[in-house]
Amino acid sequence: MLQYSIKRIVMAIPVVIFISFIVFYIIQLPPGDYVSSYSAQMTAAGEIMTQDDMDQMRANLGLDRPVYEQYAIWIKKIVFEGDFGYSFNYNKPVIDVVKQYMGLTLVVSIVTMLFQYLVAIPIGIYTAVKQYSAGDYFFSGLSFLGMATPNFLLAIILMYFSYTWFGDPLLGLFSDEYVNAAWSWDKVVDLLKHLVIPVIVIGLASTADLIRVMRGQMLDELNKPNVVTARSKGLSETKILFKYPTRAALNPIVSTFGWSLSSIFTGSTITAIVLNLPIQGPVMYKALLGQDMYLAGSWLLFMALLTVLGTLISDILLAWLDPKIRTEFRGN
Amino acid sequence: MRTLPIFKRAKTEAFLESAAKDINYSSQWKLIYMKFKRHKLARISLIVLGVLYFVALFAQFIAPYSLQSYDSKYVNAPPMTLRFVDADGKFHLRPFVYELKSARDPDTMRKIFVSDTEKRYALKWFVQGEEYKFLGMFKTKLHLFGVEQPGRLFMFGTDAMGRDMFSRIVLGSQISLSIPLVGVGISFVLGLIIGGISGYFGGWLDSIIQRIIEIIRSFPTLPLWMALSAAIPPRVPVVTMYLYIVIIFALIGWTDLARVVRGKFISLKNEDYVVAAKIAGVGNTKIIVKHLLPGFMSYLVVATTLAIPNMILSETAMSFLGLGIRSPATSWGVLLQEAQKVENVALYPWKLIPLGIVVLTVLAYNFLGDGLRDAADPYKK
Repeated sequence: MLQYSIKRIVMAIPVVIFISFIVFYIIQLPPGDYVSSYSAQMTAAGEIMTQDDMDQMRANLGLDRPVYEQYAIWIKKIVFEGDFGYSFNYNKPVIDVVKQYMGLTLVVSIVTMLFQYLVAIPIGIYTAVKQYSAGDYFFSGLSFLGMATPNFLLAIILMYFSYTWFGDPLLGLFSDEYVNAAWSWDKVVDLLKHLVIPVIVIGLASTADLIRVMRGQMLDELNKPNVVTARSKGLSETKILFKYPTRAALNPIVSTFGWSLSSIFTGSTITAIVLNLPIQGPVMYKALLGQDMYLAGSWLLFMALLTVLGTLISDILLAWLDPKIRTEFRGN
Repeated sequence: MRTLPIFKRAKTEAFLESAAKDINYSSQWKLIYMKFKRHKLARISLIVLGVLYFVALFAQFIAPYSLQSYDSKYVNAPPMTLRFVDADGKFHLRPFVYELKSARDPDTMRKIFVSDTEKRYALKWFVQGEEYKFLGMFKTKLHLFGVEQPGRLFMFGTDAMGRDMFSRIVLGSQISLSIPLVGVGISFVLGLIIGGISGYFGGWLDSIIQRIIEIIRSFPTLPLWMALSAAIPPRVPVVTMYLYIVIIFALIGWTDLARVVRGKFISLKNEDYVVAAKIAGVGNTKIIVKHLLPGFMSYLVVATTLAIPNMILSETAMSFLGLGIRSPATSWGVLLQEAQKVENVALYPWKLIPLGIVVLTVLAYNFLGDGLRDAADPYKK
């Protein structure tokens, strides 16, 4: 088991290195650089930048060097100094910008994750036990619909309802009076109120997916001999249900746990833009469009690393749950 | 035996009898077709998709107005109702619409539209309208339907520039429905070739391809899409932009298919009949085309169909954010941009109509894929 884990981690290293190449290449792709987009902004504001000014600025920011040199400097600083570069837009180190938004991003992501599992698993069990009942059709239909609706548009519809019913579209994560206020009980309540829509919107698609996985697994498990034996021995139905099929059906769900967090992180991006949430997504989206390359690059890198990490965790969890995978791996 | 829901009992029995007779003589594709026919939702979905693509193909003919046409007199006009009975209670065989008259809401003082019951315009088939090229071949002014001049017909209302939503949805479907098809087509070919090489030849080639796939897959799709779309230079011609977007989708999409293909190749290449063919001196190409591909083509079709809805949603999301298709071209995502503001949705709910069409299309593809998956293995009970 330990051997498998170590091998799996070593295999991830070249992948990470390649990813960093690609990330840097991609953030170079948009035409122009930060200086040209900055000078365009200045011109719009009525200030003209001369070619000399622009060259000077490029030299200051290190943008006049060849791409591979810029890459080498960037990576060197990340690895040895933990310095992810400088955000031109925010005028502070990337790491500070990330820190500023990280807390709320984690709050939204973790609450969403809890929501997914707490909603999907009971519904999955229910729909499997009561297969072909009205409730089953209702939830199955709902989960199909959940997968077919683009979540950012669901956000708009929910905003519309909260606007017509409560007179407040619940944009952002805080009401105006709490944005800069110190943490207090009222602020937490306000945050929770604003979390309802984002959590439903971000979590719906994966919840729908989880329901279907859980239902399928349960249906497979419900007619296994161990369940029949338990029933013939006179165990109560509830006890049977939770003792055997549910535990077995949870395996594949547990093993995809690692992916879930990174998919929430990335999946929340568009929703966060639409709902104007003060979390990572919108900040990075602006960075991408505004050529704030180190911020955008660090974000892409971070997302990719999170996915690699998620896969790693899932693989190790799977190997832990299923000895067959371990031996197959060693067999090669 | 469970009765088949689509048929009446007598019909079901007749069907089963005849099926039992020729089931032993039918080809695999025939069996797949027979099984597919029994999946009710999938059949309905196929019809829905057929209609949608038919409309997209003849969009210029079906849409009463062109993409460029606008009328500042009718900004944010609500959908018109086709009527048979007029204000005096008289019945008309030919449906008609009333002219829209702008007025002020007495409470909110907001500009609203009311029907002017004095002016009636009948709906007509095959009317002359703006000129366009039919199927890109010859010029014509003929449109499927419209109302008498100088009336205007807005079946789904208008947008903030006074453009007819119905026409724009119909014309936008050309892009929204074709991008996923072309994107999936390209990833299908790439996945088939690369996955095939990886699975059939194995060895170091397989290792390299597997690592590449792993790297591409470890990128979260959405941010990668956003980053690549941000790299599309502004103001490129519509066709170039279309190609860029399709290529971005295909670049990421092929890895899934390549994995499916590789897995199938690996499991099939050591089958007795393949080994026998090899010993008999059959070339690699012939083995692949004649012996291996038919073995899993049906699975591939399923995997491809199920990849389409995702692409539709992604294209809609990208265009919605202004990173995908941009004006003057239009897709459903572009049409939904106006729904970004909650006030817009609250005051002009018809701006969500494109959403309904997106959901319908995605659901239809999902059900079709479901039906195909059940049918793909016709020997399974």
